[in-house]
Amino acid sequence: MSAARLDRRDVVARILAERGDTLVVTGLGSTTWDAAAAGDHRNNFYLWGGMGGAAMVGLGLANAQPGRRVLVITGDGEMLMGLGALATIGTAAPANLAVAVVDNERYGETGMQETHTAHGVDLAAVAAGAGFAAAATLRTMDEVEAWIPRLLGGPGPLFAAVKVGIEPAPMALPLRDGAAIRARFRDAVLGGRAEE
Amino acid sequence: MNRDSSMEDWPDAVFGVLGEAGVRQVYYVPDNGHRRLIERCHADNAMLATRLTGEEEGVAALTGAWLGGDRGVLLMQSSGVGKCINMMGIVQECRVPLLMLVTMRGQWGEFNPWQVPMGRATAPVLEAAGVMVHAVDDAARVAETVRAAARLAFDAYRPVAVLIGQRVVGFKDWTR
Repeated sequence: MSAARLDRRDVVARILAERGDTLVVTGLGSTTWDAAAAGDHRNNFYLWGGMGGAAMVGLGLANAQPGRRVLVITGDGEMLMGLGALATIGTAAPANLAVAVVDNERYGETGMQETHTAHGVDLAAVAAGAGFAAAATLRTMDEVEAWIPRLLGGPGPLFAAVKVGIEPAPMALPLRDGAAIRARFRDAVLGGRAEE
Repeated sequence: MNRDSSMEDWPDAVFGVLGEAGVRQVYYVPDNGHRRLIERCHADNAMLATRLTGEEEGVAALTGAWLGGDRGVLLMQSSGVGKCINMMGIVQECRVPLLMLVTMRGQWGEFNPWQVPMGRATAPVLEAAGVMVHAVDDAARVAETVRAAARLAFDAYRPVAVLIGQRVVGFKDWTR
């Protein structure tokens, strides 16, 4: 019997507790709720749609803001839907981008059907093969703790898949109006330039 | 404009328009019609050109670019448009400027029947997804069309696609 799996909310809250001025992009859908549960933040861009796009939103943002840290927090199903993004990011090699996949091996929003990661697909191996500077699968909080400084400051692109359990988490919904989310985020990042 | 008027020079004129519009991030899936423009973007130190594995990645990336204060452009062939449609939900809901330059297949002089269905669907599918479409079939008008589309995208915060006709891009000579 293997050790109990990590709780997704604990993992995301622990990572974000150290965020500083990191810019965070979350994916549809559970990781958007996880980030909201950890505390709303003006530097969060919550995706409520565009499944498969979170990592690429992160790349465009990292390219635009090379002096800032960008962390994408998304799910295994969302990452699998845009797997080509790992090849694109590995090739583009942004030093300020990290991707953390909260991997419960399930499609959490559609009935907890198993994803490919439940059947042997190793996302960290894909990221490593795509040329990420480092990639790992994390299973314990000690491993997560050891990776937090890398995710928030190590030379990227970095990738971590954090294996978590499937226990339901309390609902926590952030802002839902996309125009409001983007306006708030741009104001936080760009200040006076936000209205260009 | 004289500089827009040559059949061969339109990619250079478009490159100039992109620079004037302040485009910094360029995402593309390799395409023969955009070959020269892609080369120019790669060679320009003020631009960051990134190759994609699929066109839909570019819609998401340009959302991130604009969130971070950069303007960008997505270069693709019409066959890639179908892949982008779900991502249009992001740019519509968040009112993100999106400039797409699409070289057409499946129309003027096409020899590959498999290109025809997506070529015919390109404009209606984009419009159904809320993207404003400017089609241009005259090489002399490509640059001015891109200029207008860039204004609509970046100043009016809208998704806009310029469809560059196969008559402009040329068609493959299947006999050689």
